[in-house]
Amino acid sequence: MRSIQLFQVTENRQIARDTYLLELEGDTAGLSHPGQFVNVDVPGFYLRRPLSVCAWRPGHVTLMYKILGQGTDALSNIAPGETLDVLSGLGNGFSIPEGVSNPLVVGGGIGVAPLLALTGALVKAGTKPTVIFGFGSEDEVALVEEIEALGVSVSITTVDGTAGTPGFVTTAMMQADTTWDYVYACGPTPMLKAVFAAAGTPGQYSMEERMACGFGACMGCVLETKEGLQRVCKEGPVFYSEDLPW
Amino acid sequence: MVTANPRLAVDLAGVALQNPLIPASGCFGFGEEFLDFYDPNILGAAALKGTTREPRDGNPTARIAETPSGMINSIGLQNPGIDAVLAQKLPGLAQFYHQPVIMNISGFSIDEYVHCCAATDGTCEVIELNVSCPNVHGGGMSFGASAEAAAQVTAAVREVVKESALFIKLSPNVTNIVAIAGACADEGADGLTLINTLQGMRIDVATRRPVIAERMGGLSGPAIFPIAVRMIAQVRSALDIPVMGSGGVASARDVLEMMMAGATGIQIGAESLRNPLVIPQILEGLPALMDELGIERLEEIIGAAL
Repeated sequence: MRSIQLFQVTENRQIARDTYLLELEGDTAGLSHPGQFVNVDVPGFYLRRPLSVCAWRPGHVTLMYKILGQGTDALSNIAPGETLDVLSGLGNGFSIPEGVSNPLVVGGGIGVAPLLALTGALVKAGTKPTVIFGFGSEDEVALVEEIEALGVSVSITTVDGTAGTPGFVTTAMMQADTTWDYVYACGPTPMLKAVFAAAGTPGQYSMEERMACGFGACMGCVLETKEGLQRVCKEGPVFYSEDLPW
Repeated sequence: MVTANPRLAVDLAGVALQNPLIPASGCFGFGEEFLDFYDPNILGAAALKGTTREPRDGNPTARIAETPSGMINSIGLQNPGIDAVLAQKLPGLAQFYHQPVIMNISGFSIDEYVHCCAATDGTCEVIELNVSCPNVHGGGMSFGASAEAAAQVTAAVREVVKESALFIKLSPNVTNIVAIAGACADEGADGLTLINTLQGMRIDVATRRPVIAERMGGLSGPAIFPIAVRMIAQVRSALDIPVMGSGGVASARDVLEMMMAGATGIQIGAESLRNPLVIPQILEGLPALMDELGIERLEEIIGAAL
């Protein structure tokens, strides 16, 4: 159920270069699946900012964002105690199909955000996830300790080689000594396409697109799928590999 | 259960509205997206997504850009086509919505407009003819850009629109809005919607590329509100024709201002996208603001500033 709620900021903490975790208290009833998002009204800006839900529990949600423009820059200056107007419970989120036992979880850049809650859900469901995170550089590495706290090791790649395996997430996929029966991925579209090509298994891909409303009304964020044009904010952001025309 | 406040009721070209508030075409889909937020039966009327003869996929993404106090969109009339809208979307809407319906018809030729209007006439209270969508190359823009073309398309659809009220939604991207409005009135339009979006453009200075894939789009939001008020006032000073005002309305105060400029119905577009609760919030705020300003009934202020 989508709804507008006021959330109180309890923490707004930088965790990597230009990358922040925003801790909020409020009604989280709209959240049911990892990979859903919220649309945050940043004071002084006309459109809301769609932000990934990194983790949540009743009454508390952790959002993750990267400063990419003036709106997210302003958001980084919001202090604990302030309230934010949040459109919550957006998007479909990831699901865990029956029979998945060794999922591969791949994140790139700020795309790692929804994969913390997803990895937690995968562990809880009894699967043994393999996690690969790719970043541009060492100072962008984020969420690795949080994933490892779930008892899951993380393979890191960086484009400039300053941390982990030099190269892209697909480099680590080719070098991986584990096999997988399903793929979850979130990151820039070129990365998603590369993962899709290298995966060899079905999976779920979380897409992004510029959006206005976030709840399916404006048709701003459509994606070409085998089912025709679908809204990233409503039918997505998570799309099944069999629906992607790649 | 929705209880209407009689102080808010207006008569829009013979269509009784319980209040003047109308979600603008393209900002309400076919209604279902707002059900999580409020009961749409509180609305005065609902303007549905612009519909063409054939289904359309619309423009490539990115389709949205933010602006100071507004946004640019370039959706490109994505819609399932008139047959699917009449066979599926309208009956679907009727499952949960029982107030007047405004069907927005777009087209690329007079033949297309006439076909869609003939099929639509009588299925809804109002047909709103979009002659101004700035997003489609060689499309609706040409009909709204001159008095001659606007007269031609109005006269053609007037022949087939017999039961629904016929409103022409005009583009502000013109040099003489009064002449075009007058041409539509002369050809028998029952009313006008003023205004559609203004053409705008943003460029990403990091990539040196336009933000929107089709380069340009339609600017909406509070940034265009004073332009809408000005054009409504200009047209209503010259013509005695019912107007649905549209353009940047975001508050109860804006509703009153636009009605004082001469609008009978008030469409709300972009603001509903950033705040899907804006219409119920305005409805809640209107009576107290009317009390404060000494307004007994909304109808008494239409054109008060002219």
